[in-house]
Amino acid sequence: MMEYEKIKVPEPIVTINDLNLYYGKTKALKEINLDIPKKKITSFIGPSGCGKSTLIRCLNRLNDLVESVTIEGSIRIDGQDVYSPAVDVTELRKKVGMVFQKPNPFPKTIYENVVYGPRVLGINKKSTLDELCENALKKAALWDEVKDRLRVNALDLSGGQQQRICIARAIATEPEIILLDEPCSALDPIATAKIEDMLVELKQDYTVIIVTHNMQQAARISDYTGFFMLGELIEFNVTTDIFTNPREKQTEDYITGRFG
Amino acid sequence: MKKFIRTGNPYIWLTAGTLTICLLMICGLIVLIMANGFSIFWPRRIVQFTLQDGTVALGEIAKRESLPHQKNAYRTKLKVGNRDVYGMDFRWVDNTDIVSQDYPVTVLVFERREWGNMYGFLKGLRQDEGVKPLSLKGLVPLLKESQHLYKKIRYIEKKEIGDISYRMEKSRLALKRLMLLDPSGKVQKKVSAVRTRMDNLEKTYREKEDTLTALYTKARENEVVVLLADGKEKILPVFQIIRAYVPNEMGGFAKMGFYLAKFWEFLWGEPREANTEGGVFPAIFGTVMMVLIMSIAVVPFGVLTAVYLKEYAGDNFIARLVRISVSNLAGVPSIVFGVFGLGFFIYFIGGGIDKLFFPEAMPTPTYGTGGILWASLTLALMTVPVVVVATEEGLSSVPMAIREGSYALGATKIETLWKVVLPQATPGILTGTILAMARAAGEVAPLMITGVVKLAPSLPIDRYFPYIHLERKFMHLGFHIYDVGFQSPNVEAAIPMVYTTTLVLLFTVLVLNLTAIIVRNKLKKWYSTGAM
Repeated sequence: MMEYEKIKVPEPIVTINDLNLYYGKTKALKEINLDIPKKKITSFIGPSGCGKSTLIRCLNRLNDLVESVTIEGSIRIDGQDVYSPAVDVTELRKKVGMVFQKPNPFPKTIYENVVYGPRVLGINKKSTLDELCENALKKAALWDEVKDRLRVNALDLSGGQQQRICIARAIATEPEIILLDEPCSALDPIATAKIEDMLVELKQDYTVIIVTHNMQQAARISDYTGFFMLGELIEFNVTTDIFTNPREKQTEDYITGRFG
Repeated sequence: MKKFIRTGNPYIWLTAGTLTICLLMICGLIVLIMANGFSIFWPRRIVQFTLQDGTVALGEIAKRESLPHQKNAYRTKLKVGNRDVYGMDFRWVDNTDIVSQDYPVTVLVFERREWGNMYGFLKGLRQDEGVKPLSLKGLVPLLKESQHLYKKIRYIEKKEIGDISYRMEKSRLALKRLMLLDPSGKVQKKVSAVRTRMDNLEKTYREKEDTLTALYTKARENEVVVLLADGKEKILPVFQIIRAYVPNEMGGFAKMGFYLAKFWEFLWGEPREANTEGGVFPAIFGTVMMVLIMSIAVVPFGVLTAVYLKEYAGDNFIARLVRISVSNLAGVPSIVFGVFGLGFFIYFIGGGIDKLFFPEAMPTPTYGTGGILWASLTLALMTVPVVVVATEEGLSSVPMAIREGSYALGATKIETLWKVVLPQATPGILTGTILAMARAAGEVAPLMITGVVKLAPSLPIDRYFPYIHLERKFMHLGFHIYDVGFQSPNVEAAIPMVYTTTLVLLFTVLVLNLTAIIVRNKLKKWYSTGAM
């Protein structure tokens, strides 16, 4: 129903064309066309169940775990079709890291959590792992807080720290893209602010795609914003435009709080 | 009224009531077992009744019960011992028949190697035709000497002659094995070598036998004369006495020491007198070893099964059917598992092993008969559902979020399973193991047809290569209880042993479970803080 022009973005790293996704017979994503720019923060907003989480789970093929999912269309990352049979899922997930809604550190030490990804990739040299761990924790703005207790169980940390462990864990595999699925929804405002600051820092090295329910958060940190509703991408544009000058009525209704 | 019901108080009372009844029954059972099990080794005073017909009865009071329809009338069950003289250990005495009762200070209890206790008065040492007076103090060195002798005899019988018979059997089998081969020149040489070895063994055996005969003659040298309650004199070889004590003279500390010594003997000694006396060590050993072998077999088997069922089989009709069948296996009577174990493990697998590897021993079966391995495997089969169900629960308890976290880092399903899911499911798996162990330790019926015996000549672990003999028959506390309590020729005397053995069984299960729980907690800690 809605026809929109795919807006031009500088240096697109992810290109999505005519993406349809079904859970069994239910169509969860409808004709998504989208380019996501490199080394920017792109946020997806929209009411619950609108498909934004489903979309980012397509980018690292985490939807493969759900048996009933079928996908049409194409997603290209760096020009490579993500769903082509030639793609090694492990390689893809190394390139596209992900952080989940609830902090989900493994019940292991902080150190073992952070080096889990590198270990899976076959890195076992202690010095390399130590270095990766330190860098990742520094980037996740957690190094100063935990450097003396890397052997402590990650579950003993606070929620915000746990979430930053999960971010560090994703960074440790040295990805190009980091997907965040409502990373702050279980955290208090202070922890949220810390993570937001960190994400802005991360933008220098990584492409960040964040799903959020918090419109202020999207407005604060993201460069581009996409608004989703009922499985459709209603509008995608530079964040300031979306929030100050939305083209679509539905977008305006949503961001002004008239529904959703 | 309606309001009262709505508060939920009646339901709280109901639930609390059922819990209380449950606890009371369990506590009652435990108290009964403990009271009876712990008290049997306490030395009781010996009472002497003078009866109306002028006879005298001497013994320990075992039980007292009132007679029906008569006031103040009761009868006393007296353990009079001296089974070889009276034919039985116990005797009932009505209180109306008793003229007087007293506690003679000098009365002695002799614990004998055969025929149970003897109660009586020490008259003296037998010499040629006469009797030389002997005090209790004078008896002590004689007892020491005879105990020393007993140890020596046991050593020769068990160790030295045991060694010879073991080697003899080996040589016999070696000879038979050689005979099974074609008799070529080379084999002939070997045969004669074995034959000489056997001859040498035979010679040493003769020598040992001579030594034994000499020792036994020496053992019979000293005999004491005991005056029984009814005035009869009885000759008792000192060698027959395990210990002699004067219960009516013993103070609290002496009794305590005696009690501890008896309990120690019970835990670490070997059974005597058709299991009604002595210790239960072989049974404790057999139980623990069987449970351990069972755990080693059941845990990997159950865990692998559960991992496939939960992680790979999906949720289709067949998987559900299998799941229900596994759960229902837990409801199959254990004796059915026993019969299956007999047919499958013993006759089929054991018989096959015998045919392949031990043809020289035929027709005597080696693995084709009941043994600790087959009993353990049978129990493992029986407890597999417990482990499977517990492991499945444990796997379900690992949240999807954690798995996704691992997948998102590029881990494959199997890596996620090994590195994240199984470690987190380990407490669940070990809980299943603990339940399986508890069930296995208390199970008797399937063991009776897969390898338990009332008296095993040797433990399944000893100093002969290969040290662990999984084909051997073994003793088990649960079966011991049944055997002592219901199959013993002297049931009445054995009743206290039933309680004590039950106590030991409960304690063994407790220790096994505690060990497993400690291991579980350690593992939990290790997985959560230590590197893998």
